[in-house]
Amino acid sequence: MAAAEFTTPELKDFPAIPRLSPGAMGESKPYVAAEKINEAIGFPGALVPDWEAKAIDRMGELLKKYRSLKVYLDACVHCGACTDKCHYFLGTGDPKNMPVARQDLMRGVYRRHFTLAGKLVPKLVGATELTREVLDDWYKYYNQCSECRRCSVFCPYGIDTAEITMAGREILDSIGYGQKYSNEIIGKVHKIGNNLGLPGPALADTLEGLEEDVKEDTGVDVKFPMDVQGAEVLLVTPSADFFAEPHIDSLIGYAKVFHAAGISWTLSSKASEAGNFGMFIGNYDQLRKIALRIREAALELGVKRIVVGECGHAWRVAYSFWNTLTGIGAGANDPFAIQLQNQLDQRYKQPSHICEVTWDLIQRGALKFDKDANDQRIVTFHDSCNVARASRMGDTPGGQFEIPRNIIKAVANKYVEMASGTTREATFCCGGGGGLLTDELIELRVKGALPRMEALKQVVDQQGVNFMATICAICKAQFTKVLPYYKFNRGMVGGVHQLVSTAIRLGDK
Amino acid sequence: MSAATIFFAALFYAATAILFAGLAFKIADYARTPAPLKIPTTPAPTGAGGVALRMLREVALFESLFKSNLWIWAFGILFHGALLLVLARHLRYFTEPVWFWVGWVQPFGLYAGFAMVAGLVGLWGRRFVVERIRYISTPSDHLMLALLAGIGITGLAMKFLMHTDIVAVKAFFLGLMRFDLQPLPSHPGLYIHLTLVALLMIVFPFSKLLHAPGVFFSPTRNQADDPREKRHLAPWAAELEKN
Repeated sequence: MAAAEFTTPELKDFPAIPRLSPGAMGESKPYVAAEKINEAIGFPGALVPDWEAKAIDRMGELLKKYRSLKVYLDACVHCGACTDKCHYFLGTGDPKNMPVARQDLMRGVYRRHFTLAGKLVPKLVGATELTREVLDDWYKYYNQCSECRRCSVFCPYGIDTAEITMAGREILDSIGYGQKYSNEIIGKVHKIGNNLGLPGPALADTLEGLEEDVKEDTGVDVKFPMDVQGAEVLLVTPSADFFAEPHIDSLIGYAKVFHAAGISWTLSSKASEAGNFGMFIGNYDQLRKIALRIREAALELGVKRIVVGECGHAWRVAYSFWNTLTGIGAGANDPFAIQLQNQLDQRYKQPSHICEVTWDLIQRGALKFDKDANDQRIVTFHDSCNVARASRMGDTPGGQFEIPRNIIKAVANKYVEMASGTTREATFCCGGGGGLLTDELIELRVKGALPRMEALKQVVDQQGVNFMATICAICKAQFTKVLPYYKFNRGMVGGVHQLVSTAIRLGDK
Repeated sequence: MSAATIFFAALFYAATAILFAGLAFKIADYARTPAPLKIPTTPAPTGAGGVALRMLREVALFESLFKSNLWIWAFGILFHGALLLVLARHLRYFTEPVWFWVGWVQPFGLYAGFAMVAGLVGLWGRRFVVERIRYISTPSDHLMLALLAGIGITGLAMKFLMHTDIVAVKAFFLGLMRFDLQPLPSHPGLYIHLTLVALLMIVFPFSKLLHAPGVFFSPTRNQADDPREKRHLAPWAAELEKN
């Protein structure tokens, strides 16, 4: 089905906060998951008859399990600090895309059912029943949030709308009203091993083809190993890296780094996916089950290190959640986690980001580059939201900003920053994160990319930037699709390790 | 003993009980509810000391709000800072002899009364003037500001327009604290002032005023960034590993 027509917003030299345009995105919603898709991952097939009671029950359970949800639903004072911080609001003007208004869709129901004030004087405190209309608003607007956490940076209480969105999606899933895109992908990761449904043999073929390509390009036998028992490193990367453009160029970059440094590594056919859409739908069981595949693969292959490729939310899950979910990390005192932590080499951070690996090797002088090879590129860096605001690299806070930039500056001569306020912790989401990277949401994705596109235009016009590097599979896919709407070349976006790949010296070459 | 004295005595006992019991319940509830995942908004401090500092900056300086919106920050810090001074000034009604620093703070607390009302007017004005904030404002948001402004204005009125017998007011509150009822001066301004204060105390644990204890329990602000170094496991999540 063709998406409805819409107008791409104009790129302004001085970005302005839009006027409110109520209902502007009232028709935007992803496809609802079909019965088979839902049931395959343990959710009711379709909207259950007693959905209202079930949804309230589920909310009650979540309020007992998640302090974030409970505190955030109570603490908001409607100060308005967040109202101009969401890229979807800035791009659409729909007031329900203001973080506080998005939260209020749930806060109203919370007040009505779980607070004294909401029970006694609902009108006064904005309490509402969970009517079908409100439920549909949940479905629409909890699927217009990319869980990028930009609002949480600016909230005086640190209220994180992502936590509310995740709870909203979890409740919707629990009553059979989940979205197709994420739930279908979760089914695939369980059934086939990765989000794109690429089976083991096909993956082996692809990797073999890559070896031939790289050999042809460089004359060097760079390997792309899979399921190698006893390899030093297990590389877990988003499956888009295996065949999507420009993702694949970064995969080649990782392989060249390992080759040049002489580190033995392997992919796993069982865990051929770093992405974890369990996080997007806020479902702890799915989050955990998907993460446990990595644990199993690591135990089976007997690897010493686990390294994660260029993927934003995957790095959040790996960095922030893996130790909790699977024991990949350090400092455990329980048998479950200790089993794995004893196997892993604790001289290295577990897990490590590929950028941490590469930067470490660069600092130790283990990699050599021909920086001039990147001279046709004037590079800028787009901080991916999950890396920027929900993880870290290296030893000090903010390493997630410095390390990728350091790598770029080590492999390329021309580097330019985008405007402050649009980078680092204040970075704008690409517009396609959080389980929204699906064609039927293209209007939302294009409009949500507006703030980033405005910042990009500035450095394109003023400094001639022609390459925007990033370290997220979703950012890469989203920008490739969205850049042309704003009259940019889709080939402008690429990975940090794509730049590494261009400049790295292999062997005696 | 006048009926008004008995009424206000009962009101303040009830309001105090509701405020403290309600807050204790909410705080215990927040503390009891686990945060199953590490979700500090990064870059975040890596240890407890850093987290304490981050929280201090958040609570004392409104750091995040400063980054976010200078107008809201300015009005917010004006109101909260002034409120703090006003509350400190009012400690003289509850201490005998008056603590030395409470004496020292008296003149500041006096001018802070105006600053507090000015801050409130600024915050309130934004609810009308700024379209986005008008959209998100509920009746209770306006009422809360009205309540606070009412307290401030009646307080200032008693200082500058229609004095009340503050020695007797102090005797009344010291009496309340010692369970020895003393007469409250008959004064309409005072009655309104005290009624609004009691109302504020009563709604505190049931309203958005919970932002005050809430911020200390906000996982994005109170967690250290150390997930790779320490295993963080909620009790209900640990149960899953037994299957």
